[in-house]
Amino acid sequence: MESVEYSPNTPLEYQSETGRLNILGFWVFLGAEIALFSTLFATYLVLVGRTGGGPGPEELFELKGVLIETFLLLTSSFTCGLAIHYMRNHSLKGVFLWIGVTLALGLGFLGFEIYEFVHYIHEGAALTTSAYWSGFFVLVGTHGAHVTMGIAWISLILIQLKQRGLTPDTTRKVFISSLYWHFLDVVWIFIFTAVYLYGMVM
Amino acid sequence: MKLDEFFVTGDPLIYGADVSIALTLIGAIFVLTYFKKWKWLWTEWLTTVDHKKLGVMYIIAAVLMLFRGGVDALLMRAQLTVPDSSFLDANHYNEIFTTHGTIMIIFMAMPFLIGLINVVVPLQIGARDVAYPFLNAVSFWTFFMGAMLFNISFVIGGSPSAGWTSYVPLAGLELSPGVGQNYYLLGLQIAGIGTLLTGINFLVTILKMRVPSMKLMQMPMFTWSSLITMVIIIFAFPVLTVALALMTFDRLFGSHFFTMMDGGMPMLWANLFWIWGHPEVYIVILPAFGMFSEIISTFARKTLFGYKAMVYSMVVIAGLSFLVWVHHFFTMGAGGAVNSFFSITTMLIAVPTGVKIFNWLFTLYKGRIRFTTAMLWSLAFIPNFVIGGVTGVMLAMAAADYQYHNTYFLVAHFHYVLISGTVYACFAGLYFWYPKMFNHRLNERLGKWSFWIFVAGFNLCFFPMYFLGLAGMPRRIYTYGIGDGWMSLNVLATFGGVLMGIGFLILVYNIYYSFRYSPRETTGDPWDARTLEWSTPAPVPHYNFAHLPEAKGHDAFWIMKEEKKQGKAPEKKPYKPIHMPSYSGVPIIMSVFFFIAGFGMVFSWHWMSILGLIGVLATMVIRSFDYDKGFYVSVEEIEETEKKTTL
Amino acid sequence: MSNNEQTNSHSHFPWSHLIGFGLSIVLTLLALWVGFASDFSFRTIMIIVVILALIQAAIQLLMFMHITESDSSRIQVGTILYAVFIAAAIVAGTIWVMSFGMHNMNM
Repeated sequence: MESVEYSPNTPLEYQSETGRLNILGFWVFLGAEIALFSTLFATYLVLVGRTGGGPGPEELFELKGVLIETFLLLTSSFTCGLAIHYMRNHSLKGVFLWIGVTLALGLGFLGFEIYEFVHYIHEGAALTTSAYWSGFFVLVGTHGAHVTMGIAWISLILIQLKQRGLTPDTTRKVFISSLYWHFLDVVWIFIFTAVYLYGMVM
Repeated sequence: MKLDEFFVTGDPLIYGADVSIALTLIGAIFVLTYFKKWKWLWTEWLTTVDHKKLGVMYIIAAVLMLFRGGVDALLMRAQLTVPDSSFLDANHYNEIFTTHGTIMIIFMAMPFLIGLINVVVPLQIGARDVAYPFLNAVSFWTFFMGAMLFNISFVIGGSPSAGWTSYVPLAGLELSPGVGQNYYLLGLQIAGIGTLLTGINFLVTILKMRVPSMKLMQMPMFTWSSLITMVIIIFAFPVLTVALALMTFDRLFGSHFFTMMDGGMPMLWANLFWIWGHPEVYIVILPAFGMFSEIISTFARKTLFGYKAMVYSMVVIAGLSFLVWVHHFFTMGAGGAVNSFFSITTMLIAVPTGVKIFNWLFTLYKGRIRFTTAMLWSLAFIPNFVIGGVTGVMLAMAAADYQYHNTYFLVAHFHYVLISGTVYACFAGLYFWYPKMFNHRLNERLGKWSFWIFVAGFNLCFFPMYFLGLAGMPRRIYTYGIGDGWMSLNVLATFGGVLMGIGFLILVYNIYYSFRYSPRETTGDPWDARTLEWSTPAPVPHYNFAHLPEAKGHDAFWIMKEEKKQGKAPEKKPYKPIHMPSYSGVPIIMSVFFFIAGFGMVFSWHWMSILGLIGVLATMVIRSFDYDKGFYVSVEEIEETEKKTTL
Repeated sequence: MSNNEQTNSHSHFPWSHLIGFGLSIVLTLLALWVGFASDFSFRTIMIIVVILALIQAAIQLLMFMHITESDSSRIQVGTILYAVFIAAAIVAGTIWVMSFGMHNMNM
């Protein structure tokens, strides 16, 4: 944990030993998350078509809502990247602005997702309806729960950023949470492909 | 819910257990209060983030679980000794084999190995702690609370009874309506969090916290095996997390993943369970391989033969271990292509394992062998493990497996690999590293008695089971008829089981005896060993190394000793302050909240689970706002400590 | 830590993010076109959209998450690649095993 020589150009989050270790550890954690989500995807894909006489996805999926969710999350991933860009240019204001936009887009995504879920439940497709819908709600819901956690977590980090400004500790936290946020977009790309495109094209 | 539904009643065995649990608790509380040790317990142990202390706590918990799992085993043997026995009824027997299997794998084998990894690996790589000391404490406490949650099922609410594999529909709501199965799901889930965190923690520790001079290909073999194990943990445990969560959803919230109705697929559970379950087998065997490598090399007084081949075979195992899972359910009938593919991968994975066996044999060849207790366990491992491995290859042939499946042949096979692999390694490692942990050795004479009795008992217990299996005895039956002709071999097996129990009791007595009478260590290197953990003094200071050691090749400490003999003593450098992490009470409190949340979910008391989860989140927030940076050990304190320790 | 310097001393306009964002949008729209407007067979469509998803994931990892920037980049890339291998084994393996030899998966 001793401080190591670093060039002044090194981003703040990499300047401390803790920073470097925690960022690496988080990447490893994301590897575990890939295994977790791939298990959910495998389960979902095996259960496709097993609707037990209930409604199927082709009756309920609507392209418009899905596209709105997709572009909200995709844009939030971009703005989150911008926040890191400004962080590395030591602009606290830029960080607040773009993380604020990111969180707003994330909340928008969540809103549309909750609306979508409620709509399906109204149409008679709930967690308890059939194996297919169990698979759908748990896969997409796990992603949604991750987004919710992400919003709460990043909000807490914003408070710390307000209290302490850009330090090796706070930038580390912002950077790690940004990795998490981008990762959720990566997962969504596959949900978009394997759940919605697959379900609608089928 | 009535009180007699809440507490398990009606069985004299369980009343006896209730009384003994209560007496033990009262005894512990009395001792702690009488000797005014509560504060000491809290500040020195319960809040510790020191990898050595956490390792010791893991091992203590594992030995307790070994006792519980062993008692379960002896109860099963008692029931099966004679035909038509009515010692246990069918349901009670089901509960016992379920808890035996789950406890031995999840709450005994893994924590025992992780405990030894905790104690040894940072020392072997010349590190002062792990990469994330706080997370390490979270790992331990979530494992511990998960284990406790699983264990109280025995007296509160009833034990799970669907086998440690919990196949549905048997484990589903219709056929297991009680709370027992929920205990299984939640206990494993909470402990699994800790295991995943251990995986990440030690992967980063081994890759990034080594002394700068130690190259990857110079790491001790136990460290290598731990590294590969951590890779497997990181990618296998999320699968278990999901599988458990899906079954929890089925049981508590009415989803249809594994149900018989509305499109559910019961066999999907088996598929997911074994995607985790097979890598899990390697999680519990690879660290064992690493320990045997260290011990054999030390007591053959030779450097390990075929170091690179050892490393590469473990890397191959890490990859292949994720491609063999279907061999656990060939009889599901996934089709000829599927079964053939998994049959071939299973036989392939035997090859790197075979390579390792030859490496150990060649390490022994022309070695000047010292027969210490640790070495005896390692030597007994080789032939016994080969028996287990060869019968494993027999099971790997899908067509033949239809005959062996779910018979005692299988039971014999996996006990041969798990006991002679993992359990022998735990004992060997315990004897070997005991002086590092407790500053005195275990008594060798008692150790050898325990060894011979246990190994004789083990072979007597499980070798006959191969023949019972071939004679058609299915696993998990609670009794059999006299006409089946299985009695004499069962009597033999029970006799062996009793011997194993005696061997274990001698080990426990040895711990007490050695604590009282064994001479304290005067050097940190009691075995004339080869790797860096032995370069630390006795007792090991909490910062491990006053100066970071230098690794100049394989067997770094051996090289240091050789250089010393040639008069090249390392120059004395002045001490520098050492940075260490602060202790924290957050991990244990967070894990208590996990326990509360889990307990609430077991009984579907949602207010309680929400309360527990809020507590978990609150402790996380507290941790997030905690900017504690640890502290520095002053040069004076280092000088003081180094004077007291002996080197 | 030479790689870090590159990412920090970059210009004040976030070009790589903008390009990554643009590519992501293009890839998403392309997937939509393949899915709804092309006359490929179902099987071909699924293969193409999965490949497009993988490319988009790679863009996120490289251009947004800077997976290659730290001095542990080899470990990070190795972890993710191994995770992709595991994911493929779990998803493809599970689908194959649970199809019980009946290849009526439409895939």
